[in-house]
Amino acid sequence: MNQPPIVVENLNTHYGDRHILKNVSLAVEPGEIFIIMGGSGSGKTTLLNHLLGLLVPTSGTIRILGQDIHAIPALERRKLRTRMGVAFQSGALFSSMSVGDNIALPLREHSNLDETTIGIVTRLKLEVVSLAGFESLMPSELSGGMIKRAALARAIVMDPRLLFCDEPSAGLDPVVASSIDDLILRLRDAMGMSIVVVTHDLESAFKIADRICVLDRGEVLALDTVDAIRRSDNERIQNLLNRRTEEAEIDPDAYLRRLMGEKERSSRFGPDARKGL
Amino acid sequence: MPHRLPPLLERVGRAAVGGVAELGFAASLLGQSLYWLALGRARGQPVRLAPIFAQGMDIGIAALPIITVLAATIGLMLAIQGIYTLKTFGAESRVTLGVALSTVREFSPLITGILVAGRSGSALAARLGTMRINQEIDALTVMGIAPVRFLVVPPLVAMAVLMPLLTLWADLVSLAAAGLYIAAELQTGFAAYADEVLSLLKLNDLMHGLAKSAIFAVLVTIVGVVNGASVSGGAEGVGRMTTRSVVQAISAIVVTDMIFVFMVTR
Ligand SMILES: Nc1ncnc2c1ncn2[C@@H]1O[C@H](COP(=O)(O)OP(=O)(O)OP(=O)(O)O)[C@@H](O)[C@H]1O
Ligand SMILES: [Mg+2]
Repeated sequence: MNQPPIVVENLNTHYGDRHILKNVSLAVEPGEIFIIMGGSGSGKTTLLNHLLGLLVPTSGTIRILGQDIHAIPALERRKLRTRMGVAFQSGALFSSMSVGDNIALPLREHSNLDETTIGIVTRLKLEVVSLAGFESLMPSELSGGMIKRAALARAIVMDPRLLFCDEPSAGLDPVVASSIDDLILRLRDAMGMSIVVVTHDLESAFKIADRICVLDRGEVLALDTVDAIRRSDNERIQNLLNRRTEEAEIDPDAYLRRLMGEKERSSRFGPDARKGL
Repeated sequence: MPHRLPPLLERVGRAAVGGVAELGFAASLLGQSLYWLALGRARGQPVRLAPIFAQGMDIGIAALPIITVLAATIGLMLAIQGIYTLKTFGAESRVTLGVALSTVREFSPLITGILVAGRSGSALAARLGTMRINQEIDALTVMGIAPVRFLVVPPLVAMAVLMPLLTLWADLVSLAAAGLYIAAELQTGFAAYADEVLSLLKLNDLMHGLAKSAIFAVLVTIVGVVNGASVSGGAEGVGRMTTRSVVQAISAIVVTDMIFVFMVTR
């Protein structure tokens, strides 16, 4: 029970020729809220998709709840997945189903509950994300923030051991964003689930995180507690914390070459081309 | 500096590899669908009837009016052409044989297949493509719901059941329409025409057409799914793959028809 529910060892991944994640290793502890931070394009979503077993890594292992997600047979993997909940960055609600049906789907597919019970559980979860009364609306009739909350309700409907949220509060007003933070804290406290959250939002990260993993261009720049991250003297981390942009390009030749549309040899972006997290 | 276009040979090679990969994907989809049909219940993921019926309504019932109109038109067209052609030999009384056989063996399955490819195959490709770019397929996967079982098997079963039924209906309508024209033109009466059709048509002819239509059903579904699942690049990609799915499905139907006829009539 006390073994880490997520263990990643030496994960390397590519999209085509581009090396995205570079030797990423991390472990998420039971009952922990684990934040993955990093600038746009640093590989957060890619890392999350690997944790979910949606992408196959070039090398490295990913163990979820003690099982290597790529080594186990498909049947075991599907069973494993019923114990994890995922709220995607875009929500990924099924557009042909009402909000209520979306949330009820995992229950209908994986449990033998009768429709009355399923209805109650569904409304309960909608209540939790403050969407009570919206179950008969279609996803296209929801606002962006409501979609995110409905996605969260769907993610927790099976009471998973592991919850993954990609940018749960991006694009929400501060009140709703902070209510989602509270919700994540409550879920952890009430159900003891381990929660992995990808976010840009520093304030929310510091509020809910137990530990923070800072990704930078596919590498783990830092992985530590909130306080340690705050106190870090790493320049790039401080830049991220203080929302500073990093100093301008120093290699005019590389800049010119890029403007001319020439490809650099090893990657699409030169070594110094991507300043700033 | 602009990139050189890949040499012709390389492009041909890539296309060939892509084509083979797509065929492999199609075969694996079919295999997985059969797996879920046979073992879904034992694996805790039964294929449910409700979505099959829902798809069936859409594929079958909603297509009835247009199939009826087209089948009647084709029946009339065959009768008109048949009588016109046979007149040159003074053999117009033999028209029923040609009309009955070509309708039941060729035209009904073909027109039904093409129509369903245009109506339902393309809709399937568009639906799956949209689901893919919205990450809905990923969402299913991470819920532990096998996308093939949930998204592919219901239309496949519905199609495989309804396409032969629609073809049968097209047979009836088409023969009746042809009969009305022939009876009026040759002044023989509809009852005589009906008797003649019944005595000419063998069960074998009927089954030939229905078996083909079942194969077309599988082709249309799998082509739609392969194209839908391969969508990349947003809404434009969905449109492109939907068009591609219709073109491929109709080509597959026509080619398979020819191969089937060649094999069966030898
Ligand atoms: N499907 C894909 N095909 C090719 N490259 C991709 C794909 N998805 C992401 N990438 C590349 O991988 C890198 C990491 O992308 P990722 O989506 O993981 O970033 P992110 O950290 O989630 O960014 P954001 O904060 O903007 O969501 C980017 O350089 C991106 O161009
Ligand atoms: Mg992202």
